[in-house]
Amino acid sequence: MIRDNRRLDLLLLAALISFMILPWYRLRSGFFGLGWVGDYLTDDRVWPGIAQLDRWWLWPMPVLLGLAGMLRLSMPPARRGGWLVILGAAGIAWMMAQGLSVGLRGWNWAALEALGPVDGQQAFGAGAIGILLCFAGFIAFGLAERGALKGDAFVLGSITLLIGLVALFVFYPLVSMFTGAFQDFDGSFTSEGVVRNIGDPKIWSLRCVTGSGGCGVAWRTFFLAMCTATGTTLLGLAFALVATRMRVPFKKGLRLLTVLPIITPPFVIGLALTLMLGRAGFVTQFIEDVTGWELGRWLYGLTGIWIAQMLSFTPISFLVLIGVVEGVSPSMEEASQTMRASRWRTFRRVSLPLMAPGIANAFLISFIESMADFGNPLVLGGNGGVLSTEIFFAVVGAQHDPARAAVLATVLLGFTLSAFLAQRLWLGRRNFATVSGKGDGGRHAALPRRVAWPVACVVFLWAAFTVFVYGLILFGGFVKIWGLDHTLTLEHYTRAFSVSWQDGIVWTGVAWNSFWTTMKIALIAAPLTAAVGLLTAWLIVRQRFPGRGLFEFALMMSFAIPGTVIGISYIMAFNLPPVQMTGTAMILIFCFVFRNMPVGVRGGVAAMAQLDASLDEASLTLGASSPRTLRRVILPLLRPAILAALVYSFVRAITSISAVIFLVSAKYNMATAYIVGLVENGEYGIAIAYSSVLIVVMITVIGTFQLLVGERRLRRQIEPAVQKRPKEVQA
Amino acid sequence: MTSPKRGAVAFKNVRKEFGSFIAIPDLSLQIAPGELVTLLGPSGCGKTTTLRMLAGLESPTQGRILIGGEDVTRLPANRRDVSMVFQSYALFPHMTVAQNVADGLESGGMKAGPARDVADKGLDLVGLDGMGARLPSELSGGQQQRVAVARALVLEPQVLLLDEPLSNLDARLRRRVRTEIRDLQQRLGFTAVYVTHDQEEALAVSDRIIVMQDGRIAQEGTPRALYEQPASDFIADFIGEANVVPCEVSHVADGVATVQVGGLTQTVPARNAAPGPAQLSVRANAITLQERDGPFAGKIVSSAYLGDHLEYEIDTDVGLLFAIDAEGDAPLRPGTPVSLGFRPRGLALIA
Repeated sequence: MIRDNRRLDLLLLAALISFMILPWYRLRSGFFGLGWVGDYLTDDRVWPGIAQLDRWWLWPMPVLLGLAGMLRLSMPPARRGGWLVILGAAGIAWMMAQGLSVGLRGWNWAALEALGPVDGQQAFGAGAIGILLCFAGFIAFGLAERGALKGDAFVLGSITLLIGLVALFVFYPLVSMFTGAFQDFDGSFTSEGVVRNIGDPKIWSLRCVTGSGGCGVAWRTFFLAMCTATGTTLLGLAFALVATRMRVPFKKGLRLLTVLPIITPPFVIGLALTLMLGRAGFVTQFIEDVTGWELGRWLYGLTGIWIAQMLSFTPISFLVLIGVVEGVSPSMEEASQTMRASRWRTFRRVSLPLMAPGIANAFLISFIESMADFGNPLVLGGNGGVLSTEIFFAVVGAQHDPARAAVLATVLLGFTLSAFLAQRLWLGRRNFATVSGKGDGGRHAALPRRVAWPVACVVFLWAAFTVFVYGLILFGGFVKIWGLDHTLTLEHYTRAFSVSWQDGIVWTGVAWNSFWTTMKIALIAAPLTAAVGLLTAWLIVRQRFPGRGLFEFALMMSFAIPGTVIGISYIMAFNLPPVQMTGTAMILIFCFVFRNMPVGVRGGVAAMAQLDASLDEASLTLGASSPRTLRRVILPLLRPAILAALVYSFVRAITSISAVIFLVSAKYNMATAYIVGLVENGEYGIAIAYSSVLIVVMITVIGTFQLLVGERRLRRQIEPAVQKRPKEVQA
Repeated sequence: MTSPKRGAVAFKNVRKEFGSFIAIPDLSLQIAPGELVTLLGPSGCGKTTTLRMLAGLESPTQGRILIGGEDVTRLPANRRDVSMVFQSYALFPHMTVAQNVADGLESGGMKAGPARDVADKGLDLVGLDGMGARLPSELSGGQQQRVAVARALVLEPQVLLLDEPLSNLDARLRRRVRTEIRDLQQRLGFTAVYVTHDQEEALAVSDRIIVMQDGRIAQEGTPRALYEQPASDFIADFIGEANVVPCEVSHVADGVATVQVGGLTQTVPARNAAPGPAQLSVRANAITLQERDGPFAGKIVSSAYLGDHLEYEIDTDVGLLFAIDAEGDAPLRPGTPVSLGFRPRGLALIA
């Protein structure tokens, strides 16, 4: 009870500071620069909410805060909880209503003019956002005081905050975009564009099945995604099995190798494939010279995209699957073997089914990645694009047709959501807690021979192919003009990254500006993404709150939204009050966090599903609060998932292009957007040199992450495998 | 501060629903300080749910829960003065044994050094001194179990909760560990709530047993009361595998009932019985067998030799009876006709 009061006091204090001291409206110069402090007394634009009360729509704020204070003084926690929830909800509702209704120049909606003229207002600033957070806090603490979720204020606070963030950064932009689809240029309502696009045969045609022409873009994208998901999952599983279950040389190198493709800006692989297999590629020319066949443009289209996506996404499913393969309890396999199962039968009947949920996860992730992929189709798509590029061209191209973009986005969303649903229904019934609170020893069974050999071969070949492609990329940065003049040169590197010394370091290279911006933003976004993602995973797996399924569903949906759509929708949502962020670093960071978070969530969910729930419960009954339980018990056991989330979000922030290309500004330009510009200008040399440097930097940072997070300290120590009987030397 | 009620537990009209399933319709119970109470029942009877509500891991749908006189119904698990030994032990696999034991103390704000000392004492208490630096996976099952107990005990909780703590141990170890737990509880005088489905375990450790069935209390009392005065055929069967046979109470006088069963006439404590048909609980070891004709005849169906005693299944007029013969030395063959008798001490009318 004392604790309930103390935390409410702190919250009320925060609310007072937000309302009485912090600038209510957004500052053009930025809040964190603190440049506003000097103008505080003279400039009414930096005044707090209490000084803005000449705007009548802010009057409910002091009233609601006053009521909250009265509740605190007059009622014990158990009785006031419900009222606090109502207060908080009312506050948030009113803030949203007034923010959306009153824009820069008065009413946003013609229907409201009847209420009389109003002054315009700026977007929400620190004060307004602080108040919003405090209202969310009222809801969380009120629910805790009512005893919801066993009265855990931390859990309730996290849930409230996450729901608010997801609503703001996932749903609000989407809604803004769809409203945009139904608006004419002058802002009035029209459904003409949507109706025109919804039945377009270019999207839905199935003529390739009947043999008379090409299929619609929807079906082609679907087909591609199925192929990519199947291929990458199988390859990822093969890599995971080799890395964990086989005694092969260069295992560490294998892991490093599989990380390579995700740290590569997507169009670079496309570029390398073009240099190799394109019409003028050296492999193509070699084959044509030797055999006399005419290979032509076979690479451009689904085949090329598929190969590039296989290179790009196999490591992602490898990262997912390695945890799964390691998580299968060895005693299960040992049990099976003692039940007279052969190694093959053990693998097929025990190991594989236990891995099935993880495999389904990997498949889902690859499927959606492929559907949303933008970089590879942009480079290799040729004449037939896929949905994501079609969306892009629907907006930026000559056609500028937001309605078409919205329709295509809905189709894309339909596919990815169906995949998500199918996986959920199949996965929902299976839960294998293979890391229990009980220690179990034992060693993983070796792979049956009929699996081991093919798997090893495939992995070896793919690894070789990958090395080759990367060698090509690195090499490309050092030749004058690829395909024409193969003289070795450092010219590209010096143009991009030259440094000179004039009273300190001067970054004279053309790449430095975007490079430093990218690093800064990626390093801020990565830990945020991992934290939000894993916190969400923990809430979803461990807390039984009403609407949990819906919450998870909403989160996963954000994963299913392709980057192009996110980019456009962010522009449409955050360009005007009440929330205005375009042109800032903030919009890039939020974009990365909410775009990459679902992968952290999925990884966290998969990892946490293998942690017995009684571990959390034990910690709670030992007196640890839920944040402490998270920190002391869950996080140490989730290190691989944390590492994966950190690495993934960092790397994605650096290599992402689809959403970013809409959100960069002169002040905050990102490396990928800059490189795309170089490619458009035909400056392949610098583009490749810049990409190579990015790859090296990412490897360094990932290595550091790996050291920081460390290896998971599990019950199963890596013990020297029981010595096999020395094999006879083969003749 | 030690309140006079420290360690007392009360459930007041507690109801628990999981969605549409009613796990516990309406449960009220009292536990006195220093008492070891066992919740006993078949799986799905609500005993673990009751324990988890006491721990704060589930919230009751209705009703109140009090620990030490304080209403804790809405208090989260980490703010309740209880600790729990889990069926799976739930030892943190990434921490050493000593870290496991010290973790709760550090959660409570103790510095790492002193916490370590207390943890070492706790490990001494359960006979694991010197094992602190090991990982849980390097201990045997029995040792892991004792770490779990030590981890719960060092917090000096008002109430120690044990959720089937012995179910992962082998039979011999089970007997020893249950004695150790009982000893510790007697020595340190804490209140304990013990959940099990094993009636022998319950009889051995408890001050009082609460038998649960379908979320309700079927009967509660001392081990002896439950064993000797079962309130229903469920209890008679569940506690000590008694035979429940139909009988006829012919008359009742001075607290003694005269009962007709299977052609025999017996006197048993009346327990509020009235003349008329009734049920009689007959312990397996209260049946005597003789290889001859008699008023209560039966035929051996199967027999088993268990070293110190023989077990029989006997077909009789009142049904199949299970009997234990501690005196015979050679088992009777199946098919042998026998005459049955009763020892008075193993008989009880089911009230």
